[in-house]
Amino acid sequence: MSFFESHWVLTVLLLLPLAGAVACLFAGKDEAKHVALVTSVAAFALSLPLFWVFREGTPAIQNYVSIPWIGQWGIGYTVGVDGISLLMVLLTTFIMPMAILGSYSYIKRQEPTYYAMLLLLMTAMIGVFIALDMFLFFLFWELMLIPMYFIIGVWGGERRIYAAIKFFLFTAVGSLLMLVAVVSLVYLYYRQYGVLTFAYNDLVELPVTRSAQFWLFSAFALAFAIKVPLFPVHTWLPDAHVEAPTAGSVILAGVLLKMGTYGFLRFAMPFFSYAATSDVVVYTILTLGLIGIVYGAWVAAVQPDAKKLVAYTSVAHLGFVMLGLFALTSESIQGGILQMVNHGISTGALFLLIGMLYERRHTRQIEDFGGIAKVMPFYAFAFVVVALSSIGLPGTNGFVGEFLILIGTFRTHPIAAVIAATGVVFAAAYMLPMVQRILYGPVDEVENQELEDINLRERVVLLPALAMIVLIGVYPGPFLEKTSASVNALLEQIEVRASQAPLEPLGIDVRFDHMPILGVDED
Amino acid sequence: MLSLPLLLQETHAAYVPILPAWILLLPLIGAVVNGFGAFIWRGNKVIPGVVGPAAVIGAFAIVVVNFLAMRGAAPHDPTIVSLWTWMAAGDLRVGVDLQFDQLSMLMLLVVTGVSSVIHVYSIGYMREDPGYSRYFAYLNLFVFFMLVLVLGANFAITFVGWEGVGLCSYLLIGFWYENREFASAGKKAFIVNRIGDFGFLVAMFLVFVHFGTLNYETVFASAPAALAYGGTVVTAITLFLFLGCTGKSAQIPLYVWLPDAMAGPTPVSALIHAATMVTAGVYLVARTSVLFAMAPVSQAVVAAVGAGTALLAATIATQQYDIKKVLAYSTVSQLGYMFVAVGIGAYTAGIFHLMTHAFFKALLFLGSGAVIHAMHHAYHEVQSHEDPNDMRNQGGLKGYMPITFATMWVGTLAISGIIPFAGFFSKDEIIWYTGAYGYGILWGIALVAALLTAGYMTRLMVMTFHGENRTGAAAEPHLHEVPAVMWIPLAILAVLSIVGGWVNIPDALPVLPAVHALHDWLHPVFEPARGILEAHGLHDAHSSPIGGGEAMWAGISTVAAAVVILLTFRALVHRTWKPAAEATDPTGLAGVLYNKWYVDELYDRVIVLPLLALWRGCWRIVDAGLIDGSINGLAAGTRAVGWIGSLFQTGRVATYMFYFVTGVLVILATFLL
Repeated sequence: MSFFESHWVLTVLLLLPLAGAVACLFAGKDEAKHVALVTSVAAFALSLPLFWVFREGTPAIQNYVSIPWIGQWGIGYTVGVDGISLLMVLLTTFIMPMAILGSYSYIKRQEPTYYAMLLLLMTAMIGVFIALDMFLFFLFWELMLIPMYFIIGVWGGERRIYAAIKFFLFTAVGSLLMLVAVVSLVYLYYRQYGVLTFAYNDLVELPVTRSAQFWLFSAFALAFAIKVPLFPVHTWLPDAHVEAPTAGSVILAGVLLKMGTYGFLRFAMPFFSYAATSDVVVYTILTLGLIGIVYGAWVAAVQPDAKKLVAYTSVAHLGFVMLGLFALTSESIQGGILQMVNHGISTGALFLLIGMLYERRHTRQIEDFGGIAKVMPFYAFAFVVVALSSIGLPGTNGFVGEFLILIGTFRTHPIAAVIAATGVVFAAAYMLPMVQRILYGPVDEVENQELEDINLRERVVLLPALAMIVLIGVYPGPFLEKTSASVNALLEQIEVRASQAPLEPLGIDVRFDHMPILGVDED
Repeated sequence: MLSLPLLLQETHAAYVPILPAWILLLPLIGAVVNGFGAFIWRGNKVIPGVVGPAAVIGAFAIVVVNFLAMRGAAPHDPTIVSLWTWMAAGDLRVGVDLQFDQLSMLMLLVVTGVSSVIHVYSIGYMREDPGYSRYFAYLNLFVFFMLVLVLGANFAITFVGWEGVGLCSYLLIGFWYENREFASAGKKAFIVNRIGDFGFLVAMFLVFVHFGTLNYETVFASAPAALAYGGTVVTAITLFLFLGCTGKSAQIPLYVWLPDAMAGPTPVSALIHAATMVTAGVYLVARTSVLFAMAPVSQAVVAAVGAGTALLAATIATQQYDIKKVLAYSTVSQLGYMFVAVGIGAYTAGIFHLMTHAFFKALLFLGSGAVIHAMHHAYHEVQSHEDPNDMRNQGGLKGYMPITFATMWVGTLAISGIIPFAGFFSKDEIIWYTGAYGYGILWGIALVAALLTAGYMTRLMVMTFHGENRTGAAAEPHLHEVPAVMWIPLAILAVLSIVGGWVNIPDALPVLPAVHALHDWLHPVFEPARGILEAHGLHDAHSSPIGGGEAMWAGISTVAAAVVILLTFRALVHRTWKPAAEATDPTGLAGVLYNKWYVDELYDRVIVLPLLALWRGCWRIVDAGLIDGSINGLAAGTRAVGWIGSLFQTGRVATYMFYFVTGVLVILATFLL
């Protein structure tokens, strides 16, 4: 068995950025970024073989490790990947080097701390995607908040404090409810079986009564919906994006938002299958997703700030993902997962592109530009390719994801799919005017006439994204094959569990139905 | 080794496609090479001018070889070449599959053939443009996507080409992107087309849900059994598909982008906005003819929209002054004819007109390009900023540009339907079947539009080439014929505009030999649809709605067109026009037509502006106002409560003593009372 098929590769992947973060703190002002880049590239190189050794055709968790951690509470260090989390981990390790290299000239103060924060964030993000213990998951989920809070609040724009606090409060409110739900779930499990456990594989088997499912699902759903973000809890996102430094936005859009959709897929849906497949929940989420698609596009179309515009397009794109997940078909969920990856790549690249202009002109107002294609032809080429991916042109990655979501959704909810398909028109209506007003027309501002085209470093930053946009667009097979078995198993699991959800609490297996005094051995 | 999977093929008939993937690869390679070239060999005029045309001519050569092979084998069924699996998830399986049958072969010939000619022409036309390499990159990329569209063996691959050509159209309309209006025209084209693409998407969803596949072969084979004739499903599928067609092929209500698309370089207008891309909708209806044949309501809609568009656009064309705008509306009108044909079930006639139109309209556009080229140079020499496109600035050019003059007259006679030019045979076939199949009103509209066609085309020729020259005394001496690299393509297309119609000559016409080459060629493709139509009462009356046979009406229409040409010529040839700078806009009915029935203004007021207002409202009122307002309000409320609370903490012992005593008193009171 090779190292990459072994159990420990994920742990190494998790700890590597953490070690890099510590190294950054001790590195000099000018070396920190190199340390960070090398670390993130190494992490990417480490994660890439996982893609090839991954055994397709089975929903089984791979690279699985489970060791007791806080034994008496039933908390373990349990990690592993299936096809879904594998893609999310790879997305993270793919985005991070781009974000770090993209920060090279943007961040000009307290670099060691900044790059340490980025790497700490990387560990937290990987942790969220590989954790299979609810305590561990929650730990990483909360851990991710802290570096992001500082990245926005310290290295952000003018209103960075407002944006950072808004980001923190929104997310914290959601997580708090989720914590309550996690504890309740553990309690219910304990009441049922008399065993304290936070292990995902245990908790997912717990038959929760139908009425309890709605409460617990709601708590999870709120936390995840804020992160996605789903309308109407999306308003933290534009502010966070506008104020965050480029790398912050890239990571926010590229990876953090996916934690919300991933959370639905990994936890909320299998834990509470009955609630998640009930009409009231499905229709609510489909409706909110549709509002996100249409409304997000509308609001994006009238934004004067390029970054804010892209932020609202995220609302629309993630609306597509949510639609796909809750349409509950194999096509739409696989499309949704692929679209999570696509959105990370395309929107990440868009934020990088806007950041490159910002570094040159110190403005993001669309009206301050015009004719950029004349002075920065290479930049214009990259911008157009990424924009086309964002509006889902066939041949780019965006189309494959959206098409699978829509065609799958049409099978179960045709009206919703038709409404969502109008988003295809609106996407052109927000993206092309921006492309036109930034790139085309005469170069009428004096400041724009001498702009330098993107340099080698910036091209290196963008190139992987451009390559993936075309690769996934033309040959998405390897990516879809990764998720196929996991998604089919998940759908089956959800269906079975939903039908088996008890109306009343099942007969209790143990003598007591109260919470024990923790730490006291019951036997 | 890289090409190995591309050569893997799976065949069902004796005909084996020769180098099928290379038909697509050559233009794609051309696009990539010139695309990189745009950054590397800026200003080089040799490499792009060789690579671009060579890529397309190479593809044309392979197509010709394939055509000959297919003609020899005469396969009854299409041959599918599978390259790789594109999307597979759940029950959906979409392959990158190419379909070679008689219809796609004919389209391949037309597309690569006309493209080759226009690429060669572009060598001369674009020579002085700084974006030479970028131009050929886009043009090659367009050919690639157009071929994907034509060759797609399932709806999804066709859709790739469908949106891909839209992208290239967008890039080429806005080719001179520094001009804001041109860039806007490109954007308008893309967005309007996307409205149509929405229809295409929904049609695909319906097809998948009802057939479990998007492959043409399976869908068409199982449709008659799987779907009810005239039922909701097949009607919905076809109407949504047709919505896509109205976008791509510029029909009512989505035709408004095409006239603006004239902002692009003229060879682009010839290739994309006349000969190939805009006919994609007609091709799609023909390709899915089995479905349309099962949906009589959709058929009627297609034919009616086609006839309506043919007439509307023809009326607008009569009052335009921009030479390209006349041709643009003419294209919209001629596309209308093609839709009438495929709508009523005369598929061969529709494809026939698609082919002849590709010849004569490409010729007319390239001719107008030659005129603009000459005008532009003349104005450039004297540094005048007059509009070279405006026919009021032209006139009398026949003396300066005899070849352009002669070839454009060939195109004009062809489009006007004068025997024996190509357009006569194809258009006459459409008009005849419209009447013979019992669509009396559409038949009348088609006849009127045909006369208008003869009228506006003659007006164009007279204003451009006859009468006095109005270019201005200074610029006039600089007018001259275009170089050989540009007039040879004109000559080739002129020949095709004459003989191109001879592939299908009806039995009914006296003297002429009957030829069924095209009809026989396409027979295997349209046989199933024709079978459905005939089973459900398609009836050829063999006479027009008001009597008379085919020969008689063919004679009447060609004579009538000739009379219109003569009358228009006589009426206008001695008329004098003021140059554009001095002229006032027409008023009255002419003004309404000049302003295109104010449809753009109507769309602006009724759709675009209200939408923008709604979108701003969503942002300012809902997002910033309601949602953030309530959240910030919550925060402010929390802060206020905290502030009120803080008032009680004065820090003075006396105050706290007061609270304490009051509290004790309140508690005592509650207990005692």
